[in-house]
Amino acid sequence: MSSVASVHSLWTVAADMPGRIPAPHIEYAQLAPTLIVLGAAVVGVLIEAFLPRRSRYYAQLLLSVVALAAAFAAVIGLAAGGFGSAKAHIAAMGAIAVDGPALFLQGTILLVSLIAVFTFAERRLDPAAHGNRVDSFAAQAAAVPGGKAEQAAVKAGFTTTEVFPIVLFAIGGMLVFPAANDLLTLFIALEVFSLPLYILCALARRQRLLSQESAVKYFLLGAFSSAFLLFGVALLYGYAGTVTYSGIAEVISDGAKQIDPALAGTMGNDVLLLIGSALVVMGLLFKVGAVPFHMWTPDVYQGAPTPVTGFMAAATKVAAFGALLRLLYVVLPGLRWDWRPVMWGVAILTMLGGAIVAITQTDIKRMLAYSSIAHAGFILAGVIATSENGISSVLFYLGAYSFVTLGAFAVVTLVRDAGGEATQLSKWAGLGRRSPLVAAVFAIFLLAFAGIPLTSGFTGKFAVFKAAAESGAGWLVVVGVLSSAIAAFFYIRVIVLMFFNEPKAEGPTVAVPSPLTTTAIAFGVVVTLVLGLAPQYFLHLAGQASVFIR
Amino acid sequence: MNPVNYLYLAALLFTIGAAGVLIRRNAIVVFMCIELMLNACNLAFVVFARMHGNLDGQIIAFFTMVVAAAEVVVGLAIIVSIFRTRHTASVDDASLMKL
Repeated sequence: MSSVASVHSLWTVAADMPGRIPAPHIEYAQLAPTLIVLGAAVVGVLIEAFLPRRSRYYAQLLLSVVALAAAFAAVIGLAAGGFGSAKAHIAAMGAIAVDGPALFLQGTILLVSLIAVFTFAERRLDPAAHGNRVDSFAAQAAAVPGGKAEQAAVKAGFTTTEVFPIVLFAIGGMLVFPAANDLLTLFIALEVFSLPLYILCALARRQRLLSQESAVKYFLLGAFSSAFLLFGVALLYGYAGTVTYSGIAEVISDGAKQIDPALAGTMGNDVLLLIGSALVVMGLLFKVGAVPFHMWTPDVYQGAPTPVTGFMAAATKVAAFGALLRLLYVVLPGLRWDWRPVMWGVAILTMLGGAIVAITQTDIKRMLAYSSIAHAGFILAGVIATSENGISSVLFYLGAYSFVTLGAFAVVTLVRDAGGEATQLSKWAGLGRRSPLVAAVFAIFLLAFAGIPLTSGFTGKFAVFKAAAESGAGWLVVVGVLSSAIAAFFYIRVIVLMFFNEPKAEGPTVAVPSPLTTTAIAFGVVVTLVLGLAPQYFLHLAGQASVFIR
Repeated sequence: MNPVNYLYLAALLFTIGAAGVLIRRNAIVVFMCIELMLNACNLAFVVFARMHGNLDGQIIAFFTMVVAAAEVVVGLAIIVSIFRTRHTASVDDASLMKL
């Protein structure tokens, strides 16, 4: 009785004597990367409101590029200042971790986003409409496709420059996601980067029906999965009485009694822990695109505007795997004998499922989507290692994979016919004869996906499988190598299609891009080759960044 | 009254919402079911806050409400735009992409 009364007094007495609430202490300098990006997003919204239409595009592009570059410089500054290793600590009243993995992933996300913004801004691929250069986004997203309002918007030369602030908001959420150090921040960051992505998916200029369909599917399934994640958070809160990562980890390892004997009756219920952590991990696996939570991936990747697909495939995966790593390694290490077998199953299903279903695809974007599912499985093999090598190999793989993906989708935007992008795989036949350079670049990306030596894909896969094998997951590595071989089949098939088939008379043409997309693709090629030929420095960097703070 | 009963209620509401998402066809109704799931989470948070005697759960419930509101803005915009194009909000009809 007395304990209930004292508990109840927490919020009944407080009304009489409002206690002094201490002001929170925020380390603004250490949160600078996120703050810069979110601040620029807010300024971008103001630009939409106040600048005349014709100058918005240049202002938005300049703002986004400067903000992302500045945020990247801030990450480098923090890493150089030792926040990645010796001075790693938890900022913002326990909400955000500033440590090696967080900084490494934030740097990767920012660099990927910078390149992705280049592809967003590309205006030379689509033929000019009424004398105005247009990008891959709808003239006016609210107008019904094919209706009068849309025709008028196209004629007036409208463009959706809102994509720049929207994508900046998404990037802001992604920066917080792998650094989140309590479950509330995790959930909010998840929503902050998901909601803008749902909108971006619906904005394609061509094939609006597909685009809108993909947005609805992504939105409904994404909201469904985040509801599961939130219920998991609620159960974990019920289990530990706190949502901070270290607090939950302490209750798991020490049991509730040692922490607070008064609350032993309500805390430490293992049922809550098991169901709660399963639900939270499920929400994260959905974002990662692991089988059996992958069903949204092919539809969304196919329907979304290709620059957005590239951005999603690269940056979302980095952010989501970062959060998954931190959750499993910081919150649930005491539970690893329970989650490892489950993740084994998920990793095997994901590797095999992605690789096998990709073989039957006839659309290049869907094929790349299934390939991204297979790669999620390979990365999961590194996650399962539960060792420092596991963390560093996953970090390296994420960095290597994201640039390859971004480059591959950028190449997809170049190959066009009268209806826009020619994503039908059969139309790519003989592309190597017509435009050898573009086909060769795409072949490099495909070889990197397949994990052929001298490309970044091989180094990444080797690191991940080595870490998994060292931790005793030998069979997992066998399955991984097997599914890599299956995956190599359909990558090589595209190369054969491009180089050893006669081009069709009605085949697609390759558009000549502006320096923006050229930069993006060139950067992808350079990263792919450098990480393949001389990976030592970057492996070392990932190795240095592989200790979580708790 | 034993607060644990409210946990059962929260789990029940969450299950009703999840089942609704899976079996209903209208995108709006599916979306309402998702909101029901979020509200079930809120109830669970508040009950746990009462049980543990700290205020974290109540604060989180406020955050969830704001997130749910933001989700309504984005979700209804997408659903309305696809409704104006196709004159239907059935999730079964949105099937241009398969396999």
